Amino acid sequence: MSSEKDTIEKIPEESNSTADKAPEKPTPAKKSAPAKTPPKEEIELSTFEKGIADKIIENFGEKTTITFVKPDRVGIKVTRSAIHEVAEFARDVLNYDHVDSVAGVDYPADKEIEVVYHLSSYTDPTLSRQILELATRAQREEDPIPGNDATKLPSLRDIFYSVEFHEREVFEMLGVYFEGHPDNRRLLLPEDWADLPPLRKDFRNKGR
Amino acid sequence: MSIPSLPPGLAIQRADERIMTLNVGPQHPGSGHMRIIVQIDGDYIVACDPDPGYVHRGEEKMAEYRNYVLNIPHLERPVIHDSCNILYPYVLGVEELLGLEISERAKYVRVIAAELNRCVYTMYWLAIYGIFLGHSTMFMWPAGDRELLIDLLEKMTGARVTHSYFIPGGIRNDLPANFEDVCLRQVNYFEKRIKEYADIFYDNPILISRTEKTGVLSREDAIRLGTTGSVLRASGVDYDVRKKEPYDVYDELDFQTNVMKSGDSYARSKIPWLDMMESCRIIRDALQKMPKSGSVRVKLKPNPKGGFDSVYKRVESGRGALGCYIVSDKKPEPYRVKLSVPSFRNLIALPQLLMGEKLGNMPSIYWSLNYWPVEADR
Repeated sequence: MSSEKDTIEKIPEESNSTADKAPEKPTPAKKSAPAKTPPKEEIELSTFEKGIADKIIENFGEKTTITFVKPDRVGIKVTRSAIHEVAEFARDVLNYDHVDSVAGVDYPADKEIEVVYHLSSYTDPTLSRQILELATRAQREEDPIPGNDATKLPSLRDIFYSVEFHEREVFEMLGVYFEGHPDNRRLLLPEDWADLPPLRKDFRNKGR
Repeated sequence: MSIPSLPPGLAIQRADERIMTLNVGPQHPGSGHMRIIVQIDGDYIVACDPDPGYVHRGEEKMAEYRNYVLNIPHLERPVIHDSCNILYPYVLGVEELLGLEISERAKYVRVIAAELNRCVYTMYWLAIYGIFLGHSTMFMWPAGDRELLIDLLEKMTGARVTHSYFIPGGIRNDLPANFEDVCLRQVNYFEKRIKEYADIFYDNPILISRTEKTGVLSREDAIRLGTTGSVLRASGVDYDVRKKEPYDVYDELDFQTNVMKSGDSYARSKIPWLDMMESCRIIRDALQKMPKSGSVRVKLKPNPKGGFDSVYKRVESGRGALGCYIVSDKKPEPYRVKLSVPSFRNLIALPQLLMGEKLGNMPSIYWSLNYWPVEADR
């Protein structure tokens, strides 16, 4: 039976190059976004979290910005083209080994959709309390054609296998297509869903 | 036997004549509210594609229209048997956003309610696991014994399953008079009862022969796939959020985590049962250490607002780590609520576990994942 398992479990190697193919559009100015506040209690910060943030900033410079450093939580904002290499760095150098959650957040005012990866680690005991939050933004279209418009991001499936279903969910709920994901199909929504992706802000619940 | 070569991920695509495609579910006693598409070659599963979403209700979208307190009754709906634990990260997150300090007594009461709820959920899950294996005594016993704890929770919260007990700022109401004695008595009796399950279920040679060495998930795969909870601990990874990132008063309580190395269905079905014994220990310890009086609730302003902030909190639920990501934009309603539920995270392991197994083992492997379809669909 083992031979069958091998054929199915194989992760495609060729999708490693998606980061280079990602659209090299200039990232629009990021202002007035709800999710980011300057870190409030800078004095109380433990040095460990600061160290993680500094390592990323050292290696990637202006492609990344720190959004917050709280106890056990580090938030990093990454440009669209760098998300793949930053995630690879987080896995290989910082020892994060899986993704806890992938959340998509719609920001119509900025014409962007944010995808937030929460990375965590089982194998490294020093990281067992830590969550690394990598956020990146995709361009947002007014009339989305999910999968066939500019709302695209490189997939992290080849780095973290655990994002597979999470990215499928973000794709159907917000219309962000993940390039390099082997299986960009619907997951939770019905097959005949033909409306807007439902977690976008312009999709309104009836009566609300 | 010839196996069609399939691209990874897209499991169901091509089949030759000897391969049969089978829809299990979505309305099926062997699948819960979920469809599992399997391809079988004779008796063996050669491809599997889980298709959740049959009971998707858009909880996350609904949460964007209600304020932080009104969200409580509907956010617990995905797992009504574990409603305290699914609300826990949300409530912890809102408390951080609003900057609320919780009283010591409320923290202990929360832990007791969460552990009782974990047992109630696990008993329900165990009952269904019994019926999946054709063991009807194992359906009747847990279904009856969990009534003990449901009665306790009803005394605490007023409702049998959907408690809406945790609120930002503490708990909804204080414990009834004389609760400690009743709780201790019931929990002691409950623990005695579940120990008897070893004789009829866990030491049963029929169960062992049906679940041992089936659906083996290696330690490396468990980590790589990002599984959580009992699935992860059955594969030899000692990770429990209650120990690793203690919330409320779990760091002051005396308990241990259960880890097994084999990673098969048997280990995955035994870990939740062992965890229930630990829950009994936690409840007894918490009842002893709990302050005997004091306030249990911080009074909230009407329509409380957070700042421009985001928070990610996680707890250990009956199925595994449950995370809640809340984005606030200075409005009474959250800008975005994302529930990262353990069932959804564990589902990714299902295709790999079923590959090459006999179709008859499917129910036991599927249910050993501690999977709750409604929770995964949200």
